[in-house]
Amino acid sequence: MTVPTASLEAILHRHPVWRGAGLAPAARAVPSGHAALDRELPGGGWPAGALTELLCARHGVGELQLVMPALVALTRAEGRIAWLAPPHLPYAPALAAAGLRLEFLTVVRAPGRRDALWAAEQVLRAGACRGLLLWLPRAGYGELRRLAVAAEAGAAVVLVFRPPQAAQEASPAPLRLALEPDGAQLAVRILKRRGAQLAAPLRLTIPRPVHAVGGALLSPSRPRSAVARLCLA
Amino acid sequence: MAAAWALAPGLRTLPRDAVAETRALEAIATWAGQFTPRVSLEPPHAVLLEAEGSLRLFGGAAGLMARLRSGLEELGFDALAAAGPTARAALWLARGGTQSLEALPVEAIDAAPETLELLQRIGIRTLGELMRLPRAGVAARFGPSLLAALDRASGAAPEPRTFFMPPERFSATLELPAPASEAERVLFAARRLLAQMEGFLAARQAGVRRFTLGLLHRGRPPTLLDIGFSAPRRDVEHCLRLLRERLDRLPLVCPAEAIRLEASGLAPLVDAAPGLFGDPRSEAEGWERLTERLQARLGEARVHGLATHPEHRPERAWRATPAGGAAGAAEAPPGSRPLWLLEPPRRLEEGDFAVLAGPERIESGWWDGEDVARDYFIAARGGSLAWIFRAREGWFLHGWFA
Repeated sequence: MTVPTASLEAILHRHPVWRGAGLAPAARAVPSGHAALDRELPGGGWPAGALTELLCARHGVGELQLVMPALVALTRAEGRIAWLAPPHLPYAPALAAAGLRLEFLTVVRAPGRRDALWAAEQVLRAGACRGLLLWLPRAGYGELRRLAVAAEAGAAVVLVFRPPQAAQEASPAPLRLALEPDGAQLAVRILKRRGAQLAAPLRLTIPRPVHAVGGALLSPSRPRSAVARLCLA
Repeated sequence: MAAAWALAPGLRTLPRDAVAETRALEAIATWAGQFTPRVSLEPPHAVLLEAEGSLRLFGGAAGLMARLRSGLEELGFDALAAAGPTARAALWLARGGTQSLEALPVEAIDAAPETLELLQRIGIRTLGELMRLPRAGVAARFGPSLLAALDRASGAAPEPRTFFMPPERFSATLELPAPASEAERVLFAARRLLAQMEGFLAARQAGVRRFTLGLLHRGRPPTLLDIGFSAPRRDVEHCLRLLRERLDRLPLVCPAEAIRLEASGLAPLVDAAPGLFGDPRSEAEGWERLTERLQARLGEARVHGLATHPEHRPERAWRATPAGGAAGAAEAPPGSRPLWLLEPPRRLEEGDFAVLAGPERIESGWWDGEDVARDYFIAARGGSLAWIFRAREGWFLHGWFA
């Protein structure tokens, strides 16, 4: 009598058992455009239909360049992207230069936090956007939970920009990343993902207007000696 | 009246308002234009629809009657509706409340009181019994007018009617039963006017691009709520949602005594048949509706698209476009531009920036009096890259390379 043999892998595949070592397969994801990051994200990119939190202490470290390849891909596929409660004006000439199709972008300025949360929920529930970028300086767990439920109903990539202090608070977002400048690169720490924790931060090279030499930022057009220290009084 | 008061001491009486009655009839006639263009008024309390040509579209007489009944209820009227082969017959049936003309009580027909008294005395109770009397005898006893009315009801004699001409623009007012200061009560009343407007628009196969709801107060100018759409609309629920967003944010300073709905800017609205396998237009339409809702609550200027603009001054090199509108042709700027632009530039009082690249000189705008002469630099602070400039007034921060 022969017992049909099955590989361990096949058995594990047949049963919906989540294994700690692997990454949960995300149903849908939009590749981030950074190969090193995509390898570490469940589904191989920014998850669609779920919240992603990006915690960032200050402006100008490349936080938008990090998500730009995915946004470009979305607008190329004629998907609409809403910029909700941005801290500054998204500057059209730079967005166009990055390859975004401007006709698929909409800026929504919300005067208050409650307006921003309300508008985010409307955008997600309408299901007419492929991407939502949302800036929330403060948000409670319950409010984020509401957004997460609304996000699950659709297939939009939802990127929530929050301050780094938010890392101390619980969040319903399945993916949380902390962004810090690291010389000319951007250090991305994965605080939370569906899968094993990643101890070391990823160092990503993102497009910057100046090149870097030896960890210091330097202009491509000028010799190093020309870096002036400018004190503004 | 005295008897009524004796029976119900708490009875409140209101004087009859003939103008309001006519207005109500016209409102119903305007709304009913969506079922047939041949609507006529029968003052003081009836509206007649010649609907033979529309029966198939609305699923037969029963289907049409059901639509009429539910629609009138939505408008806030308690109506008796009946269908008959002629206008007069339908009117009598609605009054008498019977299914057939045969069983209709004679009180329901247009006859003088003395005629009715005489009929009662000779034992004629229903229209059927009256019709079976010899014509010559009826004419001799009751005069020719009764016979003429009977002929019009049966269709033996024609009854030409003048049809109601609906107004060119929609305007309707509704008195509230009591002054309302809660959004919910105003919305409840507004639904009736919106339903009326929907009928008015359906009759023209049109939608509106803009409508105004006025809350009329006693001794104060009205509060006006102006709602605009990106495409023509007539859907009651959608209009109501937008009104709700607006009303929720509006502090009602004093209660509304009445509301008035006005619409202009009629545009043809083609009913799109839904596609079999999902409609690519439906996502675009969902988007339009979404921006309308966002604009209704946040304000129209707060929801916009982006476009580049050929202009050297950085703060003018972009344009806010109507939400969902098409953008202009993208044009590469000469130097590096930051993804975040600060509006307005922030004066740098203190802080240290390491200048990495520049200057890029921008000198422009002498023709409109807002000329700029600036040297732009890319500078680093901490790990952030900033776009700063030096002008006559000093140093300014204008953007972040995010």
